[in-house]
Amino acid sequence: MTEALLEIRDLHARVEDEEIEILRGVDLRVEEGQVHALMGPNGSGKSTLAKVIAGHPGYEVTAGEVLFRGEDVLELEPDERSRAGIFLAFQYPAEIPGVSIANFMRTAANARLSDGEEMDIFAFQRRLMEKMALLKMDETFATRYVNDGFSGGEKKRNEVLQMAVLEPALAVMDETDSGLDIDALRIVSNGINTLTGADDKLGVLLITHYKRILNYIQPDHVHVMMDGRIVESGGADLADKLEAQGYDWLQEAGAAV
Amino acid sequence: MPQNETIEELGLDEYKYGFVTEDKPVFKAVPGLSEEIVRQISGHKDEPEWMLEFRLKALEVYESKPMPTWGGDLSTLEATLDEIYFYLKPQEQMERSWDDVPQEIKDTFEKLGIPEAERKALAGVGAQYESEMVYHSLKEQWDEQGVIFESIEDGLKKHPELFRKHFSTIVPTQDNKFAALNSAVWSGGSFVYVPKGVKVDIPLQAYFRVNAEKMGQFERTLIIIDEGAEAHYIEGCTAPVYTTESFHSGVIEIIVNKGARFRYTTIQNWSNNMYNLVTQRAMVHEDAKMEWLDGNLGSKLTMKYPSCYLVGERAHGEILSIAYAGNGQHQDTGGKVVHAAPHTTSQITSKSISRGEGRASYRGLCKVYDGAKGAKSNVECDALLLNETSRTDTYPYIEIDENTASIGHEATVSKVGDEQLFYLMSRGLDEAEAMAMIVRGFIEPVAKELPLEYAIELNRLIELEMEGSVG
Repeated sequence: MTEALLEIRDLHARVEDEEIEILRGVDLRVEEGQVHALMGPNGSGKSTLAKVIAGHPGYEVTAGEVLFRGEDVLELEPDERSRAGIFLAFQYPAEIPGVSIANFMRTAANARLSDGEEMDIFAFQRRLMEKMALLKMDETFATRYVNDGFSGGEKKRNEVLQMAVLEPALAVMDETDSGLDIDALRIVSNGINTLTGADDKLGVLLITHYKRILNYIQPDHVHVMMDGRIVESGGADLADKLEAQGYDWLQEAGAAV
Repeated sequence: MPQNETIEELGLDEYKYGFVTEDKPVFKAVPGLSEEIVRQISGHKDEPEWMLEFRLKALEVYESKPMPTWGGDLSTLEATLDEIYFYLKPQEQMERSWDDVPQEIKDTFEKLGIPEAERKALAGVGAQYESEMVYHSLKEQWDEQGVIFESIEDGLKKHPELFRKHFSTIVPTQDNKFAALNSAVWSGGSFVYVPKGVKVDIPLQAYFRVNAEKMGQFERTLIIIDEGAEAHYIEGCTAPVYTTESFHSGVIEIIVNKGARFRYTTIQNWSNNMYNLVTQRAMVHEDAKMEWLDGNLGSKLTMKYPSCYLVGERAHGEILSIAYAGNGQHQDTGGKVVHAAPHTTSQITSKSISRGEGRASYRGLCKVYDGAKGAKSNVECDALLLNETSRTDTYPYIEIDENTASIGHEATVSKVGDEQLFYLMSRGLDEAEAMAMIVRGFIEPVAKELPLEYAIELNRLIELEMEGSVG
């Protein structure tokens, strides 16, 4: 078997210092250039999976592996995972008052260079402007403080912009559609499509509660997570089935297993 | 991280300016304070009789006042007062030309970047080495404009009437124990006069450095901005590391006359054993505007509350301050605004950062006298705690005797959150850089008010202070 972009094997995790496992044996494989949608009811463990992949310190992995291009990343710090090529688009991005998006992104871009190297400030500025043009964003957006006073839609667009600038190999998008009205959803979806269109090796794990974002972004695979496990996988049609029938039939199937 | 590595390579993980040049003062007083010492200081400066009398009277006031007990812990300072040198004089003469400055002192300036500042035409560099101005240059254009920028000693000598008319009128000897002490033993500092209607575009800058162990530095600055004039004065301080206690107690008096505008910017970075007790006050007249921009880093204890006395109609006062309390440090800072005329307005913005066992206290007074109709004041203080053991407290005192006044007060305390750190780290910043970025953002509203080179310096100093704050 060839090396996957992301391979998760029998992953178990819990909130630090708590007994109950939230992830109870997740298996998932994402190849380069694929878009995977991960669906499931509230509390099924989707967001926990996203945070564990990115290395959130509030979670403890009790068993299993997360391999990125064949290498176990569980021992890596979040910044090391980021520099390796993993990107998490946050469901609730933090506000960093006083720090402009441009400054933040330039610092993040410089962190990817080897020690002592620094990106030319004008070269970076050009790159940022290119990405903003690609995503049809106004130039002044980059001068605003990171997420400070942003609307829900602006926060999500900011996540997509960061993804564009940092050019990850794998993007884990945690409910990027939540809290968006239909216009904002279209804008953000178009942004993601633009990025997958521009980089045919970009792997995406799109975590969502609702099918509606999948009307804009065509997944190659759809998975359903329940009670900390992936209980069903299929093609794009699985999302339609979930839309029509809900999750109950899976719950019954899961109980039967 | 490239940035951190650079810092390590330069060996800056220790206190950056903690170097010591060989100490060769021309005159060195004995430690401790006495009438004898005060007479020596005055004699050395060849002062007029009235100043000697003023000093001696101040000594009496100092000795009669108890140590203040309302602020930081002064017990160690009190116990070691007898060991402090109250006056040191490195050179007999004031230097006008750079060539005349001794090499050893130049070395010190070199390390502080003074010649560079000169090259950049920052203009009017008055540098204080130990207790005297040794290097002081004035731009010719200012001479032409009638602007006076002298050492305080020269101000007294060359402009005796102007000096005597204003000296100690804003901070009287009786004001507080340390103002009295300064009045008795003051040495060094600046004398500035900007004539009516003159606008000084380039900031007037003084660079201070305390460089003798156990030496008290008691600089005294008197600034008069006449009607309709405008100026900006910048003072930066840095002191070397010593193991025994050190003491700095300055007095800054400022008069902003009708329709004038003035800004006083200080970035102070004292070594961690320094007691820094400063009285700085401005009298602001009709339609005049005064701004204090105050950055306090380092020291063991800083007690400093820049004040604006708004005594003319529509006078405006602003106090913008940043304090950084590292391990074992107490920054007791804030601001004081007194509204004594109608339609006066003021704004206090205070930002503090505490880390380790550091403690930052905001202490502020807003006083509105009866008759100051329509006075408006707004106070905003924000504290950022970097970890669980750091501490902040707020002591806002508000006294309003005028019922048409409008006063606002807002205080926030935030902790650097795990979610903020994780967010920044998830973009590739290591923990130290993520923490530094949050802090830089926090002080941005103040830093952006600074001249660029000072904003960069402030950020760099805070980054150095934060070395080892994580992990």
